[in-house]
Order: sequence, then structure tokens, then C-alpha cells
Amino acid sequence: MSNLLTETYHVAWGDLMFFKHNFWNILVMSVMSPLLYLIAFGYGLRSGQTDIGVSYVAFVIPGIAALSSLSSSFSSTATRMNVQRLYYRSFDEMMMCPLSLPAIVLGKSVLGLLRGMLSCFLIYFLGLFLAPELVLSPLVIICILLACMVFSMLGMMAALLAKSHQSMATLNSLLILPMTFLCGTFFSVSSLNPVFQAILYCMPLTHASEIIRASALPDYLDFPWMSLVVLVAFGIAFFAIDLYLLKTRKV
Amino acid sequence: MDAASEGDRGGLRMENIIEIKGLVKRFGDKTAVDGLDLSVRKGELFGFLGPNGAGKTTTLRCVSTLTGFDSGSIVVAGFDLLKNPAEAKSRMGVIQQQVSLDKDLTIRENMISHAMYHDIGKAERNKRIKELSDFFGLEEYLDKPVDSLSGGWKKRAAIVCTMLHHPEVLFLDEPTSGLDINARRLLWDVIKNLNDDGTTIILTTHYIEEAEALCDRVGIIDKGKIIALDDPQSLCERVGKVAVECHSGGKTDYRYFKSREEANTYASSLEGDVSIRATNLEDVFVEMTGKSVGGQK
Repeated sequence: MSNLLTETYHVAWGDLMFFKHNFWNILVMSVMSPLLYLIAFGYGLRSGQTDIGVSYVAFVIPGIAALSSLSSSFSSTATRMNVQRLYYRSFDEMMMCPLSLPAIVLGKSVLGLLRGMLSCFLIYFLGLFLAPELVLSPLVIICILLACMVFSMLGMMAALLAKSHQSMATLNSLLILPMTFLCGTFFSVSSLNPVFQAILYCMPLTHASEIIRASALPDYLDFPWMSLVVLVAFGIAFFAIDLYLLKTRKV
Repeated sequence: MDAASEGDRGGLRMENIIEIKGLVKRFGDKTAVDGLDLSVRKGELFGFLGPNGAGKTTTLRCVSTLTGFDSGSIVVAGFDLLKNPAEAKSRMGVIQQQVSLDKDLTIRENMISHAMYHDIGKAERNKRIKELSDFFGLEEYLDKPVDSLSGGWKKRAAIVCTMLHHPEVLFLDEPTSGLDINARRLLWDVIKNLNDDGTTIILTTHYIEEAEALCDRVGIIDKGKIIALDDPQSLCERVGKVAVECHSGGKTDYRYFKSREEANTYASSLEGDVSIRATNLEDVFVEMTGKSVGGQK
């Protein structure tokens, strides 16, 4: 186990240096889009109470945290890996070294995890001032961490499958962008008809939104343990697919 | 090395650091490597010579674990690539055709990152980085971004990264491709020095003069098969060590002879612009494949 953690750190080290070199740039980028979503959807379009008895701002902030976990974690891991794999070729260099495949999957997910956490917590801490109904508990932290890890591994999967930068952009438009808006981030999935609900519950972001929102508003919502289990299952599936993709691209 | 690892190397004939048997690699319907057999001796500087698309880079990618293969076996430093990939990888270093440094990091950070991939401790990696940077004259560039260096210096930095874990065998895929002549000659010196220090080197090239200047043995590869394998001088002697070129009527004819006297006799019977010279590897390649090394008939 300690060997796996050491190897994971060794794989992640270069990305951590990248994070350090670009910290202020990443910080600004991480806060910009969730802030715009908060202004546009939280203040610009909606106001008043929701049917669970909290203000719409309190309802939407956990949703924005969930979508930030998707967009930041996914794009950080996918973009950097895509560049390292297709343009720098430094990913090949790493693959020629005696590293275990689980360590590569976990190590290459660290950047997305960190950036997603940064983005989520910046918006969430802001939310704590704007919406007194929200709480900060260990469960909130665990839910955000889990969501960021799951979406970071999804980003790795996308980068390993992408044949070009264009195919990444296509995937973003067809999968990530619809998920961002539809998966219970800005409105409750339960308000939709059953067919839409069934489709949206097949998406990991729906479950991430539900667990982050329920953990953030414990006095108003029961915690959806099944969504937690489903999100963990998505994480295990993405991890396994990443391993498979790494294994089948080489000896 | 532990006892188990040593045991795994039991099948190694120690004079051969690379043993490839019946290697086949297909891309869809196209067979890039077609039943290739090759043994490379420890300490050797071996060159793969061939036109673009002949299969030399694909062979190198198979041996360096960058791509899988359809059948055959590859043993590196006594370790079967399929059974013990980690052991094999820890004994090899690979310089890709395109410089593959992470351009978001400095040269030093790239080196540290490589050392960490090979689990080299902090004190040891700092010592190795200093030693190798001094050797390659890179010390003043260590904290600069990758893109501030010219192509030749980037190649040197890539070599340092690859040498940090003391590989027994170093693969160089077209190492001087895209470099100017000065940078190319400097890199030749670097390659010779590494080989003199005991590192086995396997390089691919389509530069005839590079193969002639550097390699102890050359394998000429065409259509995924090795069609000739020997030291450069012996390969030239196979077709005849003296070449006669005759330019006449807008085309050039070549004939090869075992001795200067035979060449002189033949040349004296010709009309047109005639020259006599030593046979080179390009002549060998053309004679054996009907193509120039650049790929044209």
C-alpha cells in the first residue's frame, strides 16, 4: 500500500509542479465560471424559496459546487493528459518507466482532484456567507472529494480515448456540457418527468449533485445513500476502464 | 537485484542484451514488422537502417514497451517483456524521435520527475543530475523552461533524463533527425561516449553517414524484415567494396567490384562521366532492396 502511495506521488509530482507554477492563473480560472453561474442563476434568474424550504441561492450553491467538481476536475486532468500524450509525448516517457498502472491512474488524477477541490471549496466558502442554511461538515468534504476524484478519472478516460484535441472538444460538447446544466445542478431532477429522471440518474453528476446538496443542507434533505453508492460505483468503473485503456495500449 | 529476479534472468545468454524472436506487429491489414529476429550484444552500438515506413521505429516501440505486438518474444537484459515488463523497463532507456520533455516544467523538474519514476532517492538523484548535467554541459540550463533550449540541447536534456537510472541499454529513435550538422556531430560524440562507458546502444536512422560513423553492426530493414545484418564494412564487401558510377544519357548506372583493379578495368571501357569510389551503405541498401534509403526507387 505504501509502495502504491509512493508511486502515486512520483507520478503526480510533475503535475504538482505544474499546479505550483500556475497557481494564481488556476485560482482565477477556478473561481470565474462558478461565480458567473452563481450570479447568473442564483441572483439573475431566480429568487425566493424552493419547495424544500430553503432559498434558491442555498439550493443552487451545492449544485454549482457539484458542476465545478465535474468541469474543473474533468478538464484539468483531460487537458493536461491530452497535451502530455499527443503533443509533448511525455506521457509515453512515463509509460516506459517501471510504474504500476494503478499508481499511474491515481497519480494522473491528482491534478484534477486538487483543482476540483479548489474550485468547489472557493464557491462553497462563498456560499456559506450568502446562504446561512448551508453547513460545512466532514460529510460535505467527503462528498466533494469523491465527486472530484470520480470526474478526474473520467477526464483521464477521455484523454486516453481522444485521438486529437478536436475529439476532446466534441466529447465536451456532447457529454460534459449537457451534464453540467441538466444533472440536478440548477433544479431538482425530481421535478422532471420519469423518463428524463431515468436518463439523468444514469449520469454521475446527478448523484454528485444529490449527495453534495443533501450533505450541505442536512436539516432540509435526507442523505441519499444510494446516490453515494452509485457514485462510488462510477468511480470504480472509471478506475477499471482507465486501467484497461492503459494496459491495452501497450505491453 | 533480489534472488528471484536473478533467477528470472536464468535464460539470458549474457552476451546478448536484446533477443527478439519472430516479432510480428500489424496495424489493421498492414504488417509493419514481419517475423523479425534479432540479437544485440552487450556493449554493442547497433543501428537499424531503413527507409521511412520500413518498420524500424515500430520495432523500437515494441521493444521499448510503447506498443504491444501480435506475436513473437522480446527479451531485454534477460527479462521477457511480457512476463517481467517492470524489470525490463528498469534496465532500458528510450529517446524518442520527437523530444518528449514536459514543456510546462523546467529541465531540472523534468529530470527529477524521471528520477522519481524510477524511484531514485533524493540524494542519489541530485548527485546523478549534477554528474550528468556537468558531463553534457547542461548545468546553466537546468532551471530554464524546455522551450528556451535549441533542438540539440533539448535532445541532450532528454538523454540525461533517460540516463538517470543507469540503463543497461539505450534506444535512440532517429536521434539526430531535424538537427543541424554541428548539433548532429556533437550528439554523435555523446552517443560514442555513452557507448564507451559500457551502455549498449540501439539506434534507428535513415542517415547513411550516421550508421557508418557510429555503428558496430547495422541491420538493414525493409518491409518489416531484416534483409542484411553485419558490420558496415562487411556489408559493403558483400556487394563489392569499390563502386563505379557512370553518368550518361541523363541517368546514372552503378556497378560494384571486389577490387580497385577490376573497377579500373571496367571504368576504362565506359564512355561518359565516370567516377570510382568506396562502396557505402546506401549502395548496399539500393542493391538489396532496389530503393534508396529515402524511400524512392
